Amino acid sequence: MSIPSTDKNPTFNLHGAAALITGASRGLGRALAEALAEAGARVVLVARASPELDAAVAAIRSRGGEAYAIVADLGDKRSIHTITGRASGLVGPIDLLINNASTLGATPLRLLLDTECEDLERTLAVNLVGPFRLTKVVAGSMALRGRGVVVNISSDAATEAYPEWGGYAVSKAALDHLTRVWASELGELGVRMIAVDPGEMATAMHAAALPEADPDTLPRPETVAASILSMIGDPSRAPTGARLSAPQWGEAGR
Amino acid sequence: MNPATRPRGRRDDVRLLAIDRRSGETLDGAVDDLCGLLRPGDLLIVNDAATLPASLHGASLDGSEIELRLAGRGERGRWSAVIFGAGDWRTPTEERGAAPLLGVGERLVFGDDGESLRARVVAVDPRHPRLVEVEFEVDEEELWAGLYRLGAPVQYAYLDGALDLWSVQSVFAGPPWAFEMPSAGRPLSWGVLQRLVSQGVEVARITHAAGLSSTGDPRLDRLLPLPERYAIPGSTVAAIARTKAVGGRVIAVGTTVIRALEGSFICHGELRPGAGVTDFLLSEETELAVVDGVITGMHGPGESHRHLLEAFASPALLDRAWAHAVEAGYLAHELGDIALLADFDGGALRAASGPA
Repeated sequence: MSIPSTDKNPTFNLHGAAALITGASRGLGRALAEALAEAGARVVLVARASPELDAAVAAIRSRGGEAYAIVADLGDKRSIHTITGRASGLVGPIDLLINNASTLGATPLRLLLDTECEDLERTLAVNLVGPFRLTKVVAGSMALRGRGVVVNISSDAATEAYPEWGGYAVSKAALDHLTRVWASELGELGVRMIAVDPGEMATAMHAAALPEADPDTLPRPETVAASILSMIGDPSRAPTGARLSAPQWGEAGR
Repeated sequence: MNPATRPRGRRDDVRLLAIDRRSGETLDGAVDDLCGLLRPGDLLIVNDAATLPASLHGASLDGSEIELRLAGRGERGRWSAVIFGAGDWRTPTEERGAAPLLGVGERLVFGDDGESLRARVVAVDPRHPRLVEVEFEVDEEELWAGLYRLGAPVQYAYLDGALDLWSVQSVFAGPPWAFEMPSAGRPLSWGVLQRLVSQGVEVARITHAAGLSSTGDPRLDRLLPLPERYAIPGSTVAAIARTKAVGGRVIAVGTTVIRALEGSFICHGELRPGAGVTDFLLSEETELAVVDGVITGMHGPGESHRHLLEAFASPALLDRAWAHAVEAGYLAHELGDIALLADFDGGALRAASGPA
């Protein structure tokens, strides 16, 4: 599509879309990759090296989906063009980017006064600068093509000041606002940017942050992934710049 | 003219020389000034190919050190490529060690054991022994992983330091098709593109697999560019028709855009959306059917690219513009300054430059 795009929030068809999901070896990232592949997207799963990453790709392929694994550390700037180049070579220019990878920082979580500066820097590198770098590389092509969605996975810690969640919380708050500024700059060009608070889920990350929580009482990542896919496909209820809550979206959908 | 020896921090810092292709009038400006030089109804067409890490250092099985520069993607997993001898980018290609003569069936290995990428020579071009076709001995997924793990962008001997992959991408790059950077588009920032769009200039794209620019061997260079693949979206064909209908100018950003558009036109007798491979060669004899103007790097007398520009303006006019650019300190080569060669309304450049 030649710019300017006429529609600020064009509809988005997942079938055949080239999707890149970070932190995709487990938890919400894996559930998103599986759900996207199920919907006919060609998915590229990015994560650090692990048997879980290979298992996630194998599981999608065994169900007839198209999936590829890329091992990378999003805190390392040299990895960014490698990720986007390899992914675009395999599935075409990226139509959907889900910035899901994140780090809690040092666990057990601790007070800001007890947080090492280097830990905060590392948290910001992975949770904020990594998504910025990836988005910067793919969103220009999205804007030129007049097609693209970027989903930044946030947290309620971005809006609530919980003690001991400091570095993680500020990284997510910044990611939320980054989403809004991207949206203000790219909204006219057909690129939709949304931030999603997935709510609490039964994931390994949740267990690392709150070891005392009972996973059986928490929503499953598959349920949350279904809500996020629904947002991606619904530009009128999930317009560019929006920050959405998956639990509320799920409630409204019932 | 001196080369630009490093990427400039801000893309907008690159200088822009506007040249009226009829009168020869010139205007010294910056990339930002495109906004004043293009009019509502004009169409800017960019090549959105991302640049590959197309240079692989390795060895043949007898241990001869080589650099393989990928130059084109053929059918059935074959790639055309040029073989270089020992040495790295700091040595000008014409002074590099002799490239080993490789026969069909020769095996090549890149990278260390365990992490290596292996290829086999499957054809040697009868016109030049350094021009070969290779097949990598891995599947598609492993190939992309290997290229990005072991490859580097093609480098240039005039550089201060090696170029990283991010330094050879435009801000709108998508499909990883280009073997060398489509350099005319590199200085365009989104700030400039958005201002152009807001003032009624359309921006559209093609994808063209820009190949190698030179090899250091004149006999081999005469075979360049090789046939290159391209894709033209339907939206771009429609934008060109709209532009022509209102008397706007179609401005190609780089000669690869011209090659795709005029190549498609010559092949089909009309501009058609879709993908293809073109062996179209732009020259002073070309009657341009689609493109009215071009944004290009600085190319002087004797350079191969200079002949391409003669499709737009006479040699004498280009010589005068070149002399002015040298005098005014413009920078040349892949990271250098750019020129906009187009028709301007009478006196438009004089007016834009303010009182003399």
